Amino acid sequence: MADTKTVLIPTRHGEIELYDEGGGPPLLFLHCGEGLRASLPLLDRLARGRRVVAASHPGFGRSALPPHFGRIDDLAYFYLDLLAVLDLRDVLLVGASFGGWIAIEIAVRSTDRLARMVVADAVGVRFAADETEVEIADIYDLPQAVLEQRSFVHPMRWRPDFSLLSDDALMTIARNREALCLYAWAPYMHNPGLRPWLHRIALPALVLWGESDGIVSPDYGRALAAALPDARFLLVEGAAHYPHIEQTERFASLVEAFATEEGTR
Amino acid sequence: MRVWQFSEQPYYPAWDERHESLRNTLPNSELDPAVASQLYARYTDEWELCDTLGINIMVNEHHSAATCLTACCHLTLAILARTTKRVRLLSLGTPLANRRDPVRVAEEIAMVDCYSGGRYEVGFVRGGPFEVWPANSQPVGQVRRFDEAYRLVMKALTTHDRPFSWQGRYYHERLVNIWPRPVQQPHPPLWFVSIGPGPGAWIAEQGGTVGTFLTGRDSKLLFDTYRRRSIALGRGMPAPEKLAYMGIVAVAETEARAKERAHAIAGYIRTAPQLAPRFLSPPGYVPTRAAAQAIQMSTDPNYVPAYASVVMRDGSRVHQRAATIDQLIDAHVVFAGTPEQVYHQIKDYHAYVGGFGNLLMMGHGGALGHVDTVQNLTLFSREVLPRLQDLPPITYELPPG
Repeated sequence: MADTKTVLIPTRHGEIELYDEGGGPPLLFLHCGEGLRASLPLLDRLARGRRVVAASHPGFGRSALPPHFGRIDDLAYFYLDLLAVLDLRDVLLVGASFGGWIAIEIAVRSTDRLARMVVADAVGVRFAADETEVEIADIYDLPQAVLEQRSFVHPMRWRPDFSLLSDDALMTIARNREALCLYAWAPYMHNPGLRPWLHRIALPALVLWGESDGIVSPDYGRALAAALPDARFLLVEGAAHYPHIEQTERFASLVEAFATEEGTR
Repeated sequence: MRVWQFSEQPYYPAWDERHESLRNTLPNSELDPAVASQLYARYTDEWELCDTLGINIMVNEHHSAATCLTACCHLTLAILARTTKRVRLLSLGTPLANRRDPVRVAEEIAMVDCYSGGRYEVGFVRGGPFEVWPANSQPVGQVRRFDEAYRLVMKALTTHDRPFSWQGRYYHERLVNIWPRPVQQPHPPLWFVSIGPGPGAWIAEQGGTVGTFLTGRDSKLLFDTYRRRSIALGRGMPAPEKLAYMGIVAVAETEARAKERAHAIAGYIRTAPQLAPRFLSPPGYVPTRAAAQAIQMSTDPNYVPAYASVVMRDGSRVHQRAATIDQLIDAHVVFAGTPEQVYHQIKDYHAYVGGFGNLLMMGHGGALGHVDTVQNLTLFSREVLPRLQDLPPITYELPPG
């Protein structure tokens, strides 16, 4: 079972499930709402060339949910704490979907320990002026089948057979859903005050986007890249909302190429 | 026993089995405001009739729903507080954790109590899982938010000497000083609702009345939980007035006619679960362990979830939408027949659960017409109500917990 690679570590915010593999320049990965487990193949791939650190966000997977947690700010400060506790420097910060939102929230607060940032199919920022425009599809108001079609190019490949899952695996899914809802129910999947602070992310950034993303369109990704001080936008073919899951190899090589470009701080 | 007449004020003209959901997503173009006006007038008339018949009145509320046009308990009760003179008025109730403004709720409660001259009984409910969408109410931690809202409302209702401020986790108020304040001191009688037995202990601690809806034999577990907590608190066996049960009630001169009425009212039961699956399971609404089990069960096509089923006398479960009137009578969800039959059905159920002091009677529901509703309420008040009012208390021995 892949999750034998994660360990529980004590922190001031309770026990946290941590993945810490490989050696070399550090990469901190921030998982999507589907949880850490879905990203393990990507993490293993990236850990071939660098030290890859990833936690289940507080409340997700096997990580505790401290009673006072409930806002995206809590996650941003949690990860700034984690970077300090592990004393990681010149970090490549990578976040997918909901994790992309956390990455942005971390980076507007402090880039001191960061070198570069990659966000994929991220949420978190509101661009539209029209209050009724839906920029991020409401995952809580989509039938399950539609949600899967919008999230994956090949949904059948990624949907688990729930009847075969262990109690632990089912508990993890239930905890992940609950934690995501806690942080993202309303304002839905974004922080209304975030956009004016994007100028603070003064580091090279790469915005990756699944070309068939039916949750957040590539145009949103382009707007995000344009709003960041130093960002580039790239489409990932053969993927919808989760290119890090559906196009693991392509995703990893794009991240690697970006990380080793000239100009790293 | 006290009896309360309840109707959801349904907009039944929009009920159509082809709609996936009768709540949340059904566009309101399906509602003709002129028809809604007529229905409101008719339902108000029927509650006003209860005032002359000596049947108390109960209202509830739902949102974005063709099943229920009461969008705020206090709006309907404000009207009935003026147009009725004798009977008690119950809201069961206000979905407190879905309101962003508990202080306004306290003001509304005080207004209704003043309008009615102290006839108001106030109920607080959590609300169904589907209600978090129209309220855009965070389902995770909803019980904690309910608790804070409840404490704020109660403090607002009972603080009279000076304004206070409130800096909580969920609610922030600079100056709380409600005008008016309730007639009934220290506050109107409190009611709460539970379907499962769990919350019975907390409700007993508040000294409130616990109501349960269409739960049949399962009600006994809830009532026993309440009783046990009451005894543990040193208050002894609770008075029957602290326990309430809602069932469908249909009487007529003949059994056959009564069952036709029951079938119409039971349209409520058949339509309540007419809802897209996603609206039944917002994350965090049930404990994580229960949510994990539900994920697994969702793959079993034969699984009948508890919320959409009734328990038969033999313990088996029947899906609400498929249950016959005879099955619903067997499950104590429906009391239907001649006045004599209905009296005995209620009396038997009363004995089974160890006694209760409030029958929340769904004497109207679904597409039951005005004439049938009036006849149902009138015959009930004449032939059944006096016998229920004289129902002797029963001796009940609480099973060991």
